[in-house]
Amino acid sequence: MAVRTRTIKVDALARVEGEGSLHVRIRDGRVQEVKFGIFEPPRFFEAFLVGRDYSEAPDITARICGICPIAYELGAILAMEDAFGVAVPQVISDLRRLIYCGEWIESHGLHVYLLHAPDFLGLPDALELAKVDKPLVERALRLKKIGNDILEAVGGRAVHPVNLKVGGFYRAPAKAAIRALAEDLKWAVEESLATVKLVGGFDFPVLEQAYTFVALRHERDYAIHQGRLVSNGGLDIPPAEFLDHFDEEHVAHSNALHGFMKDGHARYKVGPLARYAINHDRLSETARHAAHAAGLGPVVGNPFQSIVVRAVEMVQSCEDALALVEAYEEPDSPAVTVEPRAGVGHGCTEAPRGVCYHRYRLADDGSILSARIVPPTAQNQKCIEDDLLKVVEANADLSDEALRWRCEQAIRNYDPCISCATHFLDLTVERE
Amino acid sequence: MPDRKRPKLAVWKFSSCDGCQLSLLDCELELLAVSEAVEIAYFLEATRKVVKGPYDISLVEGSITTPHDVEAIRHVRRQSRKLITIGACATAGGIQALRNFKDVKDFIDLVYAHPEYIDTLDRSSAVSEHVRVDFELRGCPINKHQLLEVLNASLNGRRPNVHPHAECVECKMRGNVCVTVAKSEPCLGPVVHAGCGGLCPSVGRGCFGCFGPMETPNTVAMAAKLAEMGLDGRDIQRRFRGFNAYADAFRRESEVHGG
Ligand code: SF4
Ligand code: SF4
Repeated sequence: MAVRTRTIKVDALARVEGEGSLHVRIRDGRVQEVKFGIFEPPRFFEAFLVGRDYSEAPDITARICGICPIAYELGAILAMEDAFGVAVPQVISDLRRLIYCGEWIESHGLHVYLLHAPDFLGLPDALELAKVDKPLVERALRLKKIGNDILEAVGGRAVHPVNLKVGGFYRAPAKAAIRALAEDLKWAVEESLATVKLVGGFDFPVLEQAYTFVALRHERDYAIHQGRLVSNGGLDIPPAEFLDHFDEEHVAHSNALHGFMKDGHARYKVGPLARYAINHDRLSETARHAAHAAGLGPVVGNPFQSIVVRAVEMVQSCEDALALVEAYEEPDSPAVTVEPRAGVGHGCTEAPRGVCYHRYRLADDGSILSARIVPPTAQNQKCIEDDLLKVVEANADLSDEALRWRCEQAIRNYDPCISCATHFLDLTVERE
Repeated sequence: MPDRKRPKLAVWKFSSCDGCQLSLLDCELELLAVSEAVEIAYFLEATRKVVKGPYDISLVEGSITTPHDVEAIRHVRRQSRKLITIGACATAGGIQALRNFKDVKDFIDLVYAHPEYIDTLDRSSAVSEHVRVDFELRGCPINKHQLLEVLNASLNGRRPNVHPHAECVECKMRGNVCVTVAKSEPCLGPVVHAGCGGLCPSVGRGCFGCFGPMETPNTVAMAAKLAEMGLDGRDIQRRFRGFNAYADAFRRESEVHGG
């Protein structure tokens, strides 16, 4: 049989965008290998945190990601408080949850409408969508803006908020400013319910995966900023034991580290599908009904349906934010006093893209001796590759352009991080 | 309106957190109007559609950190009528320029198990070290209202209304109580470039310099003030070594202190 090798290189310059590449090798119609690489140049955060003061970590780590700065600020803050034995009052914890809801609403709104929906509609972007349905895009932008409004009201600005610190906040937001968010949030709850309905009606490529899911779980809430790490495989640990069970490895084809479970060197999945499966019973009535009406069971194994789950989580976070806003009273003090001491601290939260873990070792004056940060996208790398393998296998007869788009869409299921998440793929297919 | 009449806008990313280009998508109320005024010809964060250059305006986010970046930024320059850098990464090397004070090999060893896979330069540098830049917009992140003003000015061929004075002035104009006077909080406001609107002092916090140095800052007096407030050499150095650590004025002042 003749061996046929076909190689497609798309726009060499695309790689400088710090983007991804995909290398696929197909022989006799069977996929031999899939390699998904992230070429985001390394920025060495963990290295230059060493020697900095504990109080600087939130603002420095925020700059890892402009789309989810709260995940980094709060992860660092919780780790420091853990190391110093600091507990914050409920009202501070609630304000943290509120600003984190803002980040979820903003990030999910951006992803669902501006980044992912165009794939399902066969459009290059949301601006084209605006030509077809301008009111829809305007509503989407308003929804996203309400998330940013929360970030600004609590944190001072939308990207890299300045008001969070170890122990609490620099200044407690005024009651009037927080209560003023309520009207918009009532609209946002309704609008996100409409979103679930809309995206629930998309056509989803068929793919059913038996994932190992890992997410935070809380005794009462749909977990965002606190809880235990739980898997559908029986794991149930405090965040402090994260590194006993999970690790990352460096593979040659990517600058992103690849996460795995130490037990069996197995891949696992974090993010919306994981949270939804682990915490289905923690969803609000409204969110659960909306999910059911959109045809979702209590566990979703088709990664292409993550867009629906994100919309369900938008309902949840808009409702949560509304309740927090309506209950807000200014605290007596915006922060508790923090006394640095030597030790180790862990912080773990649910970034919009999944579990984000921080660990710091500190000297007695509060300077950082070592830092370890495990972002969600690293943890999902192996699942992304496995999804791609299945997608390519099922679609090997598509034209290269159609296959490329389908693969991009599969990667965008993970909303990996904005530059990677969008429209970038440098795809090489070798057909032998 | 035929497309060729609309100026072409391109948005490029180098080493960064995406926060500055996100600021463009965060202009929720203006985004659709912007996309009507200009043709978004290249903006990977927002569209998979790519329109060939040349471009009327290029916005560049991120710092130059790999040999490949050095080539790529020249390519961007050649294709762009106006090149505007956005944010501390692009204008000063960003937080990742902290590596410039160390041996980058130590950093690679700390983060990656297989250093041989990593292709990186010793320094993270500003775009203006490599190519001519028409305008630099400061901030980590930039202020989205300033971004709209810069775009508007560029489209109309006028100078953007963005002032290089001190953050301190902006803070006074906002009517804030001075955090240094009232609370003895160290604040870099007197030497930092305006643009944020006085955010940190508004929440009772000293400025930590995310907009970088203003034009001709008196960093010596600033450092003396910090010392007077009880900061030691290491603290003073750290204040200047933030998101704009490799901006000339801050780098030089930081090298005087330490310990
Ligand atoms: S300047 Fe700051 S906000 Fe802008 S891309 Fe760089 S790290 Fe992100
Ligand atoms: S006050 Fe200073 S540190 Fe704070 S946002 Fe403004 S420029 Fe940045």
